[in-house]
Amino acid sequence: MALLTAEGLRLRYDDELVLRDVSFEVEAGEVLALLGPSGCGKTSILRVVAGLEPAEAGVVRLDGNDLAAVPSHRRGFGLMFQEFALFPHLRVEQNIDFGLRMQGLGGDERRERVADLLTIVGLTGYESRQVHQLSGGERQRVALARSLAPRPRLLMLDEPMGALDRGLRDTLLLELRRILTELGQTSIYVTHDQDEAFSLADRVLIMERGEIRQSGTPEAIFRQPVDAFVARFIGLGNLIEAQIEDREGATVARTTIGDFALLPHVDAPRGRATLLIGDERAQLERVDGGVDRHVTNSFLAQVRQRSFRGRRLTFRVQAGEATFLFEADTRPQHQAIREGDNVLVTVDPEALRVLA
Amino acid sequence: MSGRSVSVRRGGRLGGSWAARALLLLPLTFLGLFFVYPLFEIFRESFASDGFSLAPFGDILGDDFFLGRIWFTLWQAVASTLLTLALGLPSAYIFARYDFPAKTLIRALTTVPFVMPTIVVAFGFVALVGANGILPLNLTSSIWIILLAHTFFNYTVVVRTVSALWAHVDPKTEEAARLLGAGPLQVFWCVTLPQIRPAILAAASLVFLFSFTSFGVVLILGGPQFATVEVTIYNLTARLFRLELAAALSLIQLAVTFGVMLFYARFQERSAVPLNFQPRAAGARRPRGRREGLLILSNFLVVLAIVLAPLLALVERSFSGSDGYTLAHYSGLETNTGGRVFFVSLSGAMKNSLWFAGATMLVAVPLGTIIAFALARARGRLRTLADALFMLPLGASAITLAFGILIALDSPPLNLRASWVVLVIAHSLIAYPFVVRSVLAVVRGIDAELREAATMLGASSLRVFRYIDLPIASRAILVGATFAFAISLGEFGASLLLTRPEYSTIPVAIFRYLGQAGAERLGAALAMSSVLMVVSMAGFLIIERFRYRDVGEF
Repeated sequence: MALLTAEGLRLRYDDELVLRDVSFEVEAGEVLALLGPSGCGKTSILRVVAGLEPAEAGVVRLDGNDLAAVPSHRRGFGLMFQEFALFPHLRVEQNIDFGLRMQGLGGDERRERVADLLTIVGLTGYESRQVHQLSGGERQRVALARSLAPRPRLLMLDEPMGALDRGLRDTLLLELRRILTELGQTSIYVTHDQDEAFSLADRVLIMERGEIRQSGTPEAIFRQPVDAFVARFIGLGNLIEAQIEDREGATVARTTIGDFALLPHVDAPRGRATLLIGDERAQLERVDGGVDRHVTNSFLAQVRQRSFRGRRLTFRVQAGEATFLFEADTRPQHQAIREGDNVLVTVDPEALRVLA
Repeated sequence: MSGRSVSVRRGGRLGGSWAARALLLLPLTFLGLFFVYPLFEIFRESFASDGFSLAPFGDILGDDFFLGRIWFTLWQAVASTLLTLALGLPSAYIFARYDFPAKTLIRALTTVPFVMPTIVVAFGFVALVGANGILPLNLTSSIWIILLAHTFFNYTVVVRTVSALWAHVDPKTEEAARLLGAGPLQVFWCVTLPQIRPAILAAASLVFLFSFTSFGVVLILGGPQFATVEVTIYNLTARLFRLELAAALSLIQLAVTFGVMLFYARFQERSAVPLNFQPRAAGARRPRGRREGLLILSNFLVVLAIVLAPLLALVERSFSGSDGYTLAHYSGLETNTGGRVFFVSLSGAMKNSLWFAGATMLVAVPLGTIIAFALARARGRLRTLADALFMLPLGASAITLAFGILIALDSPPLNLRASWVVLVIAHSLIAYPFVVRSVLAVVRGIDAELREAATMLGASSLRVFRYIDLPIASRAILVGATFAFAISLGEFGASLLLTRPEYSTIPVAIFRYLGQAGAERLGAALAMSSVLMVVSMAGFLIIERFRYRDVGEF
């Protein structure tokens, strides 16, 4: 049985429905990421699960027991706030100790636990620092230590990297992953950044406008996004309307820019759909004269933008009304392509997906 | 990101518990008995001394004498407000935008006037520009001495309130406007002013209020030709015994002050700055070049002139006799040489004053703290109204409060008229709004997420209050306590109306000296004022020691 289950959560602010019957489960020991654009309701889910916000409808269960009657401070959950919410009047060790003190543990036990946590987050020696003397990264570590100290059944992290700058994030993300894995800490991690979600989580829930659009392992979502929203949100933007048909024993996606043959194992319903063209493994070839336009899996386009990224090149190309982004290797054939050139793009059938 | 907007819109579960609501009964009972009920008695007195009648209002609004008093009160309050803004805004700018040597000390000095008792200030100006003053300028019985004294008092309010918000204005918004082609004047008018306007309006309404209900300064410095509504109410009550006219006039004054309080509550809330409890130097920088250096120097001189001159003059005059410096004025304070009936020795008056101040503190601090926490949690439309209502005693004027208590608490079961308790009640009513304001500013600034974080760490709402709110607000409560103490110590109007000779406080004793003839009487008044000033100065030092930087309005 799952550690935590949420069924049919509904929440309204003023007249706006911010959660529409959201259901999900968290298994013991897993890190679940809630991923979605800002305002999609991710934080609201945390607040409802934490009991800080009463839901209009729905049930949250821990070990199968309804939590409705359990107030926030008795749920035994940890919540790490986006801006950390460290207590300004307490020193670092007192911040970390707060939850232990609330549990009524003895002094020795608390001191030991605080010292352990400072070691875990790499802040030994910071015990008596004032909170306002800390850098952004140090604050985040203190906040993490504070929410881990009472050994929460479930740790919820609300955009913990949101207040930090880019360079710091990558280091801290790795470390956070290490800590959560080592402790086997069941966690819900809220973020709008797909890199964070995919690199940290065992499972990802993608949300939009108060609804869960897709859930699965990072690999599964990346391999087969369910719809255009999810595909775009995780950075797969090469989408075009298609008609899926059977032709001469093969499945073909017919589009305004050309036909694409799908591999036999691609499972696609017949009829109208969206075709996703992966941005990798495409070949671009400059064309000057006429070309047979009916070559399958390739189409004619014009290069709008070319950027050099060291080991690879990216091209933004336009074909008809649609624009696509492709990454290409730096072979001379690709290097020679300039903005404004007409190119023939040939895609690898492995990179083709059909979305509902 | 989304978290921000969510916590603002949040209805929240962490509201008051039943215990918290029950606690609110304490201030409500106190205010009901000692503020609302006396006000009701004032109503009754003015409308229905013999059957319902609007006659007292007719008598006042149909009489050129009273209309003249109301008109004078209004225009001197407006003039005082404008003068205070003219002096205070440049200082507010300098404190908000520049770092310079001894800034903390100079800023602290600007608080001195606010804790000074009216009577000390009045005699300070007598010593400075009175008939026998230090400066060769006699402003006795001119309007200027009144306006200057009001400016002295309220300079602090403008500087504190406005510089706190001004320091929060991001200088980059001004730089951006400059780069977009706005001249310095346009930048101020279109970018800076709209951002600091709530603070200016809040400060201005408070200064107006204090000047409108000014009593001691006008009573002592105004001479026969200048009297505010407040002084007129006092004269009608204590000297002419026309209680129905006093009541009607109190109501007219109350209507004005309540309107101003509403205005104030609205802008005060908007000028509140979020707390982060850390020293913040954003936007403030060291002065560059001679022009900016001179600007800061001249600000320092203005502070010095406004704040210190009257006080130094007071001390100097208190030591000067007919032939050189002498301690005679001081030694005379303990012995009743003239064999006067109502003599109060300095030590006797001091004992009374300290006793009343201590008792006031014990009442006003719990009262103000409970109200502040309740107001901080209030939501929605009632919020501004509740704020203005709880702050109403601040605008109700000392004389109106005392007058109400005088006519309301004179019959069993609340026959307190002859007891020293009435004085503590009146002082607490006057003092608790200051506790509310200093605590409220801090409690409102506490991020809701701090409370939620504590909750998630296992703290019940009582423990959240105990371990988060209370420790964070403790310094503000201490500041409020000191205000309550200092205000009681210096309170003059209500004390004058309510006190009995055996309970004379220092300010009342000082005033009594004026009623007697002779130059040595003025000397004694100056000497006693100097003593009171030194005691009040101690209060100021405590306030400065414990306030959070830039937080709190006074």
